[in-house]
Amino acid sequence: MAYSNKVLDHYNNPRNVGSLDKGAQNVGTGVVGAPECGDVMKLQIQVEGDRIVDAKFKTFGCGSAIASSSLATEWLKGKTIDEAMQIKNTQIVEELALPPVKIHCSVLAEDAIKSAIADYKKKQGAGQP
Amino acid sequence: MKLPIYLDYQATTPVDPRVLEAMLPYFTSQFGNAASRSHAFGWEAESAIEKAREQIGALIGASAKEIVFTSGSTEGINLALKGVAEMYAEKGKHIITSQAEHKAVLDTCKHLEKRGYEVTYLQPDKTGRVSVDAVAAALRPDTILVALMWANNEVGTLNPVREIGELCHAKGVLFFTDGTQAVGKVPVDVEADHVDLLCVSAHKLYGPKGVGALYVRRKNPRVRLVAQMDGGGHERGMRSGTLNVPGIVGLGKACELARAELVEESKRTTALRDRLERKITAALDFVHLNGNREHRLPNCLNLSFAFVEGESLIMGINKLAVSSGSACTSASLEPSHVLRSMAVGDDLAHSSIRFGVGRFTTDEEVDFAAEQVIAAVKRLRELSPLYEMAQEGIDIKTVNWQASNH
Repeated sequence: MAYSNKVLDHYNNPRNVGSLDKGAQNVGTGVVGAPECGDVMKLQIQVEGDRIVDAKFKTFGCGSAIASSSLATEWLKGKTIDEAMQIKNTQIVEELALPPVKIHCSVLAEDAIKSAIADYKKKQGAGQP
Repeated sequence: MKLPIYLDYQATTPVDPRVLEAMLPYFTSQFGNAASRSHAFGWEAESAIEKAREQIGALIGASAKEIVFTSGSTEGINLALKGVAEMYAEKGKHIITSQAEHKAVLDTCKHLEKRGYEVTYLQPDKTGRVSVDAVAAALRPDTILVALMWANNEVGTLNPVREIGELCHAKGVLFFTDGTQAVGKVPVDVEADHVDLLCVSAHKLYGPKGVGALYVRRKNPRVRLVAQMDGGGHERGMRSGTLNVPGIVGLGKACELARAELVEESKRTTALRDRLERKITAALDFVHLNGNREHRLPNCLNLSFAFVEGESLIMGINKLAVSSGSACTSASLEPSHVLRSMAVGDDLAHSSIRFGVGRFTTDEEVDFAAEQVIAAVKRLRELSPLYEMAQEGIDIKTVNWQASNH
């Protein structure tokens, strides 16, 4: 299968690989996918005020899955929570020129963003008196 | 050392220069049609064909008269399965095969099921092997054919062919074995092994693509087939069509070389295969061998690298030509049906890579390949949330995964 140059770039030089402290109050963690399906994404955001100041990922999956999550972390940094909620998988497909058979990778990345935000919001809700 | 390094000898092999040399005259000066009985061009072609029949027969312990030329193993499989099914339909309509067979067998069986035949798909053990006991238990009075491969193309596991052949002969059931990966790699003797039908493909043993042969037993028992290609009645009526003379000459020569070099070559490829595995497992943990360590092709190494997805690994070792059981390398998004049938777990199936060494592989190439694999796996594990979890002591099998709906 031929990969686009952008997929290759993210695969060879993934951005924001790593982990944030998942116990921290201002960190949201999303883990989506399943090993049996061949892809698992862990995406984390660190929020200050209303803004995402840091994002990290780790992904088990094909090159397109790695690229989709790497790209997602790039896009998340600096966005507000509301802006982050607007990221759509189709934007990832377009940016990375993913072929139809790889669209599920972008769906998973969108799921990971939503899941990390939901985790963050849950923590905020739980933290309020 | 030339890059990329070819380590996909189960997919195909290069034509041996000695094979090519034998073939060349049959494209130009000796171009006759082997079916032309009225002139020297035809006689020359026919004599080349008959020599190839002898060479193939000698490699598998058959007589030249039992060799039917085909376009390759897919055709050989179709002819054997459909030809037997049609010929023996009055005797019964039950066929036994296994879930780990090549798609050419499985899809032909599916076709026969639509035509009213019943097929039992045995599940192999965790190493990919089908036991003779499993075959015995599946036999019925209306079973006409057992179709089990000699060596598996993905994991290299060898079935207990001789025991299965003996059982089939004792029960009066025909035995077909797909010899595509085995012939030329391990000793094959259709008499001692009680095989009734066996297919061979030239391009898996350093011959050209597009040519193969089907062995059809002539006595004890005499196997009869309904032709699947009608026409001029070539190949004793079993397979019409003008013979591919240069291809057949190449197949014959490839078989002659394989027979002369089998023992030495098997030792050499075994050493290369094991050297590769040793180097990799010395540097990496969580590496799982898919297949049967004892009963295995000398040139096949299938490994799963836990916590790393196969396609991403292939991207990381792009100086090596290998293949993966991962879903992502196929259009279907399903991981390898062979690894699934062996119940190795879908997570490990997604992490599998097949390395095939061969006649032209060197120690230097194997060492380079091992280095590439080790570096890529280490890098991808740093990227892998599963590896992180494993290091934190979390068993990924106990996690409640939220799979998305793809």
